[in-house]
Amino acid sequence: MKQNSGPDRLAIGLFLAPALILFMALVLTPIALAAYTSLYKWNGFGLPTEFIGLDNFERLLGDETFIGDLGRGGLLILLSLVLQLPMSLGLALLLNQRLRGRAFYRLLFFAPYVLSEVTTGVLFTMVFSPSRGLFTDVLWLADPDTVLYSLFLVISWKYFGLHMILYLAGRQSIPKELHEAAETDGAGTWETFRHVTLPLLGPTIRITIFLSVIGAIQLFDMVWVLTGGGPVHASEVMAVTMFQYGFRRFEVGYASAISIAIFLISLVFALMYQRYVLKRDLEGAVTSR
Amino acid sequence: MTVLNRRSLLSLAGASAASMLLPGCSGGGNSGSGTQTVNWWHISNQDPMLTVWASLAKEYESTHLGVKINITPLENEAFKAKLTTVTQAGNPPDIFHSWGGGVLKQQKDAGLVKDITSDTSSWIGTLLPASVGPYQVDGKQYGLPFDLGLVGFWYNKDLFTKAGIAAPPSTWDDFLNAVGRLKASGVAPLALAGADKWPGHYYWAYLAMRVAGLDGLKQAAIDKSFDKPEFVQAGRLLKELVGLQPFQKGFLGVKYDTPDGQAATVGNGTAAMELMGQWAPSVQKSSSNSKTGLGDKLGFFTFPSVKDGKGKATDAFGGGNGFAIGRNAPPAAIDFVKFLLSVENQQKAAVTDSIVPITKGAETALQDPNLKAVSKALGAATGYQLYLDQAYPPAVGQQVNDSVAELIAGKASPEQVTSAITKVAKSQ
Repeated sequence: MKQNSGPDRLAIGLFLAPALILFMALVLTPIALAAYTSLYKWNGFGLPTEFIGLDNFERLLGDETFIGDLGRGGLLILLSLVLQLPMSLGLALLLNQRLRGRAFYRLLFFAPYVLSEVTTGVLFTMVFSPSRGLFTDVLWLADPDTVLYSLFLVISWKYFGLHMILYLAGRQSIPKELHEAAETDGAGTWETFRHVTLPLLGPTIRITIFLSVIGAIQLFDMVWVLTGGGPVHASEVMAVTMFQYGFRRFEVGYASAISIAIFLISLVFALMYQRYVLKRDLEGAVTSR
Repeated sequence: MTVLNRRSLLSLAGASAASMLLPGCSGGGNSGSGTQTVNWWHISNQDPMLTVWASLAKEYESTHLGVKINITPLENEAFKAKLTTVTQAGNPPDIFHSWGGGVLKQQKDAGLVKDITSDTSSWIGTLLPASVGPYQVDGKQYGLPFDLGLVGFWYNKDLFTKAGIAAPPSTWDDFLNAVGRLKASGVAPLALAGADKWPGHYYWAYLAMRVAGLDGLKQAAIDKSFDKPEFVQAGRLLKELVGLQPFQKGFLGVKYDTPDGQAATVGNGTAAMELMGQWAPSVQKSSSNSKTGLGDKLGFFTFPSVKDGKGKATDAFGGGNGFAIGRNAPPAAIDFVKFLLSVENQQKAAVTDSIVPITKGAETALQDPNLKAVSKALGAATGYQLYLDQAYPPAVGQQVNDSVAELIAGKASPEQVTSAITKVAKSQ
């Protein structure tokens, strides 16, 4: 390839500049600022002056609520991978069959995804209300032992449609000939699914897992509206803890440390996942080889 | 699962950047000789106060040519978040809602609010002394109240009669007894919003006041040590109440002012009482199914006394609402607040029963017999304690709320409550 000449570089620089400046101002600067304030004991008023090094991070490691957040986040991720995604996949395959009212069902199942998180949250506070809800025999959000599962139910209700549509699109891009060939070779339904459909859906599945995990790490709105993290921290997640410290307790330095921890967890996960899991997908789809 | 996507992050960042710039722009008008712009953020975002404030501002503008009052009514939580953003940029509004206490002290320490001691010294005597205290830091005035109330029990007279309770209980033992009777009669004795933690802290705070006395509580705040026997005892008394399972079904997941919340549960007659501030009747009304609340059936009694306690039964606990004056406020801002606090204008607000006025003489405008009872109890109060989550630095206040919530949920012992609060207090 020909080396870029001077004027070309200038043009590239000029075209990149607006996006780059915006990115620096609105993404990199806040990250840098949070990293800076996470080293201070600071209540958010005036400028941070009390430098305490890594004390905030040390405190984080001993913070029962934050450690609990990690466990709860992990459980939500696990439930998503074991229940939500397989169910979405099943539905997608079902709705790929010839079926009366297929388009209607697709629309119906996708509909919850269109609602905003806050609307969904408010809706389900009514559904789960202990006095005037739908199934008042179960305490749903009011019992520390059930609240996290209720939360998972709402999250699944809202997001299974998205995963379903992604799987459906992935399924439809698998050439018909492959399934026909498998059938000719005498493969049954399960074998066709196991050895043709599933491997070819691989890239889509890996992306939905990625979205699920990153979504769980950054989860905030839904929890905030539904439970505020309670009762007694039983549904609290990292971003809620960060909000509590930043905007309730005005321990902004400590809240910054939590935000940096969330950032690092997301970053490390994203990099590792890309490096080890998405590697093949990023190099090009399997079918294009 | 949601991805807090970049677009929403960008728009958030953009919005807060804009909100930092806006007050700066409009503030520029203050230096001009002819016109003064006063930016006013309040949280009375619902009628009747929304209209009362707006019409008072109009009236002031019409008699003070050249003064422009920009009102921004905000919802409580939105206000807190938005204020944090603009104060970090060092640009507070000229008049903004304040509950005084620990947050005001932090704002004062950061130089965000104006010392108005000398501007107000000539007329501050017209206000109730207990009401101006929370807006003082180290003896200097940084804000002014417009409302003061107290927390007490709001009860359903019919349900009390049905349970065979002749008179409101005046001691803690009587109170526990009444709770038992109410429960036996088949209603939930108490409504509590467990999802919002602040209503639960009222119980512990009042018990601490009754057991340790106001001085004991003040001393604990100074020493930053709450792990004294008196405070453990307060927790034990609360645990005794919790042991009776007095709260409505599913209270841990319930908020205060939602259609199934604490206020609605009392307003609909499903629970017999709630421990709440002076705004309780109006929230019961607006959140109840009938939109009328309990009407005449609603009664009020003050928090019972505790045997051998150091506190007096007449010591009051509560807080009020007021305004802090931002550091760049023009003179008109203070004059406008003075105008709001005149007897006539306090009466215009009091006549709607939305506030308990703090200007002496304005209380005659109150219509509601319950608020008159609050006003009377305030007049008779032998001492006054601001809400603990307002009086203390926010981190300590929130820890009080969190720990008491855990105690009520049966997840923490009275000793764990006091040691957790002490730990946070010492770290401040």
